[in-house]
Amino acid sequence: MAIRERLSGNEAVSIAIRQINPDVMPAFPITPSTEIPQYISSYIANGSIDTEFVTVESEHSAMSACIGSQAAGARTVTATSSCGLALMWEMLYVAASSRLPLTMCCINRALTGPININNDHSDSMGARDTGWLQIYAENAQEAYDNYIQCVRIAEHPDVQLPAMACQDGFITSHAVENILLLEDEKVKAFVGEYKPEHYLLNAKESVSMGPYDIANYYMEHKYQQKVALDNAKKVIMDVAAEFEAISGRKYGMIEEYRMEDAEYAMVIIGSSAGTAKAAIDEMREAGKKVGLVKVRVYRPFPEEEIVKALANVKGVVVMDKAEGYSSVGGPLGADTKAALYGRCNAVVLNIVYGLGGRDVRVESIKEAYDRLFAAVEAGCVPMGYDYLGLRK
Amino acid sequence: MKDNLMKHINEQNAWHEMTPGGMIYGSGNSEHFNTGEWRVAIPTFIEDKCKQCLLCAPACPDSAIPVVDSKRLDFDFDHCKGCGICYKVCPFDAITFKKIGE
Amino acid sequence: MAYNFKQEMNKPERLAGGHRLCAGCGAGIAVRGVLRALKPEDKAVIGSATGCLEVSTCLYPYTAWNDSFIHSAFENAGATISGVETAYYALKKRGKIDETYKFIAFGGDGGTYDIGFQSLSGAMERGHDMVYVCYDNGAYMNTGIQRSSGTPKYADTTTTAVGKCSTGKKQNRKDLTEIIAAHHIPYVAQTTFIGNFKDLHEKAEKAIYTEGSAFLNILAPCPRGWRYNSEDMMEITKLAVETCYWPLYEVIDGEYKLSYRPKVKQPIENFLKPQGRFKHLFKKGNEHLIAEIQEEIDRRWEELLKLCGEEL
Repeated sequence: MAIRERLSGNEAVSIAIRQINPDVMPAFPITPSTEIPQYISSYIANGSIDTEFVTVESEHSAMSACIGSQAAGARTVTATSSCGLALMWEMLYVAASSRLPLTMCCINRALTGPININNDHSDSMGARDTGWLQIYAENAQEAYDNYIQCVRIAEHPDVQLPAMACQDGFITSHAVENILLLEDEKVKAFVGEYKPEHYLLNAKESVSMGPYDIANYYMEHKYQQKVALDNAKKVIMDVAAEFEAISGRKYGMIEEYRMEDAEYAMVIIGSSAGTAKAAIDEMREAGKKVGLVKVRVYRPFPEEEIVKALANVKGVVVMDKAEGYSSVGGPLGADTKAALYGRCNAVVLNIVYGLGGRDVRVESIKEAYDRLFAAVEAGCVPMGYDYLGLRK
Repeated sequence: MKDNLMKHINEQNAWHEMTPGGMIYGSGNSEHFNTGEWRVAIPTFIEDKCKQCLLCAPACPDSAIPVVDSKRLDFDFDHCKGCGICYKVCPFDAITFKKIGE
Repeated sequence: MAYNFKQEMNKPERLAGGHRLCAGCGAGIAVRGVLRALKPEDKAVIGSATGCLEVSTCLYPYTAWNDSFIHSAFENAGATISGVETAYYALKKRGKIDETYKFIAFGGDGGTYDIGFQSLSGAMERGHDMVYVCYDNGAYMNTGIQRSSGTPKYADTTTTAVGKCSTGKKQNRKDLTEIIAAHHIPYVAQTTFIGNFKDLHEKAEKAIYTEGSAFLNILAPCPRGWRYNSEDMMEITKLAVETCYWPLYEVIDGEYKLSYRPKVKQPIENFLKPQGRFKHLFKKGNEHLIAEIQEEIDRRWEELLKLCGEEL
């Protein structure tokens, strides 16, 4: 039977790591992910796992050591946030292009400029095109469940790509919630052994990794990565089905909330989906036909699922917890609009919200819907995009 | 020369025929690549003069002076790039070095 | 074990021919010399920073490495190999590997003195059982001879160009070997190519087979960047040692030991003269620049003699 606990998101994923007992974990502390390496260090100290922890001197070296370790044939994990992820930048591409299925807990925090330790998605949104899989959690339960699934998805022979399990800093990582944990043996059996085909420490056959790749080969290698990312969609659904069998919890590329007869939809990522659900319940009471599409898997992007979910709505408001400085909107807005273009006649608004920990309340979500109602009423979308919760 | 596990990879391959992540399976297959063509000067091994001191062998950047049973053999001209280091270190004039075409 | 040169030369080659390093490149000689110190029965994983060595020895679909090899980026050969080494211990502990592996990272002076310095320092401080080898050719040769912090003073490079307003690189070179020695790791040494390679071999052997982190700094000339005839390599390295530009020494558990003391210390001109990058120093009126270089060489040499407990 499942184990009832009250845990923060950081502790929940740390327990997932303990249950997985990976071979190696290089990590460098950064708020708000710091607790994860601390928990792992204490598990190692008290003998509950025998993972080799590498106390690297920076996040750049954390990712570099992850690459070396996973390439060597060891199941490798790490955790980071914000500037730590930014410092890993160059190496994120190398991990993905080298087809190394390592996993990372990304505890979302605003990127510096100015420095801010609170939640938004500017860190992992910036890493959206690095070739990593990205799965976002709404709460601690999902953070735990997603992380366990990430290991399986990443290591699948048809995928072989690194995976980032994201959760919102402080809101999810530090707030304590009720959670259901799986038994250690169940998790162990679910993730199984890591058995790479080609790796550095294979005594039977040497391998060289990270070659100089000339123009005659580079494009084919990049296309292979794209195919692997496409393959991940099926694998994500297969792994979710297997996970449901052991946990009773169902996961998909997206989660639809009260979308059956919805005329107005919101597309959102992360913890704010919980707030949005509360707002939707209240608005439904008041007779508004509103619904929600929560994007769980952002990379690969759930194009098909989103198009299907939004096929019959009058209006969509896409919520971005990151400013992309593209001058036309945030990253989720851009991807959603690209998916819908030519396939849906709904009015699409894009709103940037919650930057650097700016509060997102039920009223904020209602305000976003109100703006959508007005746009649908007017029958047109103003140029550019909107900010929510900004003092004007 | 050992087997080249990558021999099926060439610039005409479709994307799915290439190794993922640009991994190179096996080892030392650069032996199958000729860098001897780069030479603009060429060393010549004069076996009669050679005392088998082997001082030339470790000074070769191209692993092009094979040593078997403590004796150096003739140059591996598939890989010798003609740098001339060996000719300069030989104390016995057992290696000459000339620009090609001279 | 005493060095048996001929026996060492009988060992199977671990760096295959057919790599694309330039003719007469010091990096190839350094790598062969270091890898020869591995016991043939031992396996190894080799890492390399981005640079001449990496792009020349691992060019898809060819590898010159007879051992497993990994390159990930320019600035992180230390961290990358430290990850491989940790994986080895993790897998060995869990009974998934039986063989003995050794771990060696190579980087040029760019990847070691400069951009990879932090990653190297971290790896050394953590004490991974690995050897980091710098093949020091005194500039960023792969991108076309730009200065590094290992470039000697007054060298003409493409970012310290010599002209009527410039006499080349303004700064003295950083002493990386000393900096790594200050990490108090079990083994640090400086070497280059001399005679039958005894000095390099013995140091590589100690570095590889000393438990914990070890560092080798190998002067590995670049004929293109230094502008000398490629066949003169072994004369150039000899002059570097005889002028005390590149002293041969080791630091074993904190104890400095001079490996070689020239009978007569040659003037630095002898090292500078054959190299085109110092040509401008030999113009009339620039004598004081050479004197200045000599003064710094003398000062550092005396400092080293003191550290080694040698008579001045």
